Amino acid sequence: MWLKIEKRPEYSKGMVYATPLIALLLTVLSSIILFEVLGVNPMEALYQFFVAPLDSTYGFSELFVKATPLILCAIGLSVGFRANVWNIGAEGQLLMGAIFGSSLFIYYPETESVFLLPVMILMGAVGGAAWAAIPAVLKTRFNANEILTSLMLVYVAGLILSFLIHGSWRDPAGFNFPESQTFSDSADMPILIAGTRMHLGTLLALLAVLGTWIMMARTLIGFQVKVIGEAPRAGGYAGFSQKKIIWFSLLFSGALAGIAGISEVSGPIDQVVPVISPGYGFTAIIVAFLGRLHPAGIFFAGLLMALTYLGGETAQINLGLPLAVTGVFQGMVLFFLLASDVLIHYRFRWNFSTKAVS
Amino acid sequence: MSETGGGAPQLELRGITKAYPGCLANDHIDLKIMPGEIHALLGENGAGKSTLVKIIYGVLAADEGDILWEGVPVTIPNPHGARKIGIGMVFQHFSLFEAMTVSENIALGLPGRQNMRSLEKQIIDVSKNYGLPLDPQRQVHTLSVGEKQRIEIVRCLLQNPKLLIMDEPTSVLTPQEAEKMFETLRRLATEGVSILYISHKLDEIRALCHKATILRGGKFINECDPTKETAKTLAEMMIGSSLRAPAHHKAVKGGDVRLKVRNLTVPATTEFGISLKDISFNVKSGEVFGIAGVAGNGQIELLSALSGETRSQAADAVTLDGEYIGWLSPNERRDLGLAFVPEDRLGHGSVPEMTLSENAFLSGYNRMKLISAGFINNISSARYATDIVRKFDVRTPGIFHTANSLSGGNLQKFIVGREILQKPDVIIVAHPTWGVDAGAAAFIHQTLIDLAEKGAAVLVISQDLDELFAISNRIAVISEGRLSAAKSLKEITVEEIGLLMGGTHGTGAPKEASHVA
Repeated sequence: MWLKIEKRPEYSKGMVYATPLIALLLTVLSSIILFEVLGVNPMEALYQFFVAPLDSTYGFSELFVKATPLILCAIGLSVGFRANVWNIGAEGQLLMGAIFGSSLFIYYPETESVFLLPVMILMGAVGGAAWAAIPAVLKTRFNANEILTSLMLVYVAGLILSFLIHGSWRDPAGFNFPESQTFSDSADMPILIAGTRMHLGTLLALLAVLGTWIMMARTLIGFQVKVIGEAPRAGGYAGFSQKKIIWFSLLFSGALAGIAGISEVSGPIDQVVPVISPGYGFTAIIVAFLGRLHPAGIFFAGLLMALTYLGGETAQINLGLPLAVTGVFQGMVLFFLLASDVLIHYRFRWNFSTKAVS
Repeated sequence: MSETGGGAPQLELRGITKAYPGCLANDHIDLKIMPGEIHALLGENGAGKSTLVKIIYGVLAADEGDILWEGVPVTIPNPHGARKIGIGMVFQHFSLFEAMTVSENIALGLPGRQNMRSLEKQIIDVSKNYGLPLDPQRQVHTLSVGEKQRIEIVRCLLQNPKLLIMDEPTSVLTPQEAEKMFETLRRLATEGVSILYISHKLDEIRALCHKATILRGGKFINECDPTKETAKTLAEMMIGSSLRAPAHHKAVKGGDVRLKVRNLTVPATTEFGISLKDISFNVKSGEVFGIAGVAGNGQIELLSALSGETRSQAADAVTLDGEYIGWLSPNERRDLGLAFVPEDRLGHGSVPEMTLSENAFLSGYNRMKLISAGFINNISSARYATDIVRKFDVRTPGIFHTANSLSGGNLQKFIVGREILQKPDVIIVAHPTWGVDAGAAAFIHQTLIDLAEKGAAVLVISQDLDELFAISNRIAVISEGRLSAAKSLKEITVEEIGLLMGGTHGTGAPKEASHVA
């Protein structure tokens, strides 16, 4: 008797939806072991992680605050991933969006206009797209691997932010702390529900979910992205340009990551600081895959990953667990997801026959 | 027990039955192959040939029935077990690593560690003996379909099998090469090797095989001596109704030139690619123009230059109805009325993981107006796909199944149908019936001829000479990126084409060569 892995004749549609749940189940099981080893009651820890953060309206609104940048980045990345364009530098594009977007306020802090915020958001999108354009040029012109170039540019973006915030962008009245002055009202993201931090960015994220859903399901450009990703030669046969799709998907994901960046600084943070994102751009990769690269899936996966951020903080405060548990959690989700994705194209079969060739 | 007298059959199948969900692929099939016998397995797509062969080769297990090897019942658990007892198989679809060399690929298919140098020598020896020229050092991705198949054949022969299963082996060989391979097979047979030969080329089976087993719809129909049958009676047994040869239309004289190619020169894009050299021809309205040639002589490059996947250097290198299209993209060419069916149907002509409806949209969205107000019209795409499935008899459970769930022949019908329903002015088809059963092939041929009779220009690029002779008005031969002068069907013979395929251009055709109709 042995276990056999055999290819399915046609990929399993059921498994496409089942594997994220399998991955979550395995993550929870493994984390029970992890908590046990750390000497914490697993049930208590799971409660603190997944339930406690949501026991108030405020807690619930915080979930959306954290999910907003994750969803924005992941939606953009998912389009690239569908086209086999592996932009993993959303974190850098997010930072450049924040820098570009806030530059308007930093250099013209006195501006009082209803147009200030929309233009800042637009600049944020431009900043993120411009940063993603670098891997696009390198890929289409020199065939450089976008995984490497986009990742390396994350660190460059981080250093540019550091350079600005420790230098000319520092608030003159800020006692030499590396922080900009706080944003004025007209540069702030409007709050959606009074008493919470839920802001306009959440609405933008929802718009991105719906818009991308329609784009991927019902428009020619979305169809082109899918064809180029799955069968580039068939794309060439249909007359779709691979270079155009590389450009499109990088600019699109860069722009959304840039919007995520500007929504963070003019939303919950309210000023430019040295650390804008706790790795939203990287976690968004997990969100994109956990959401099956589908906008609706990404919406829920974004909420779930946001919960791990909140849960990590709660667990740190109430149980004294290290914050790194959040990262371990997120890593396990991706790890188990990639492992169980094998079930989409393959199935296990127990073989009970032991007869061999006579 | 057998009419050849003493000795047990090399392989005997008794009542082999295999059911898939919703279909009985093999229904109590009997088969007997004597040592040294060349045995044909004949049947349409979906007749159960592949399933039966997979059972013999250990890829599938039968639900019922016995396999006897040299008279002893055996269980063949997997292909490794099959090779161990002496069964070798050359598949129609290749299992090769594209990024590795020929000899590395062959080494991977052989048990144990290999001495690469002596293996290369063996490969060269075998490939010379059997008329299958191969350079062991070449990387597989640079080879054509025909050359890739040679690797599979040589890989099998290296293991000295007692039973050799060959799945449509000659579809990519020149007549001379095929004839040479038949000699090889006959020699192997006299050495006592049994051969199970799957082919749809009935003449070939009659010339080569001692016995033939005919399957239809998963059932055993007949075992006969193919030398005592005609191609027509064999085909009738196979498809179960009288076969209709394509109704050949009259030679067209005064048709307008629709597709014109002038001095088309395209440099090779890869190290081992073929560059097209100064190709000129034209295809008239109402005409089927055939381009013959052995795989890997520039067919892929020519098709890609005509479809627009590679742009020409000069705009006037390709002209469609008087308009220069050399610089236009595939889309723009389609809008002007050009349609094309590429050689590779999965991954080039279709997106494997997409549904038939989406694959219908792939090439048809503009001409069939499947986009309304900027959005994909799923309803009309589905209607278009349903139309193709219905009119071209594509066997599928539904249009929302993926392209790779279809058998090769059915997918080919789908792709050809998709292009034809767009009512093209000029259609370019590569290997229209490769791997397609006789019934479907006749249907595709007839459709192409009908299209030509309605005034379209049809260009067929194929290695199957029978096919080209059956449907073309004029034929040219491509060899090493050069195209011979086109000749009308009445002026050219198979022998002449064979010589042109081998690279002798134009002159020196044998005088007494017989005509083929």
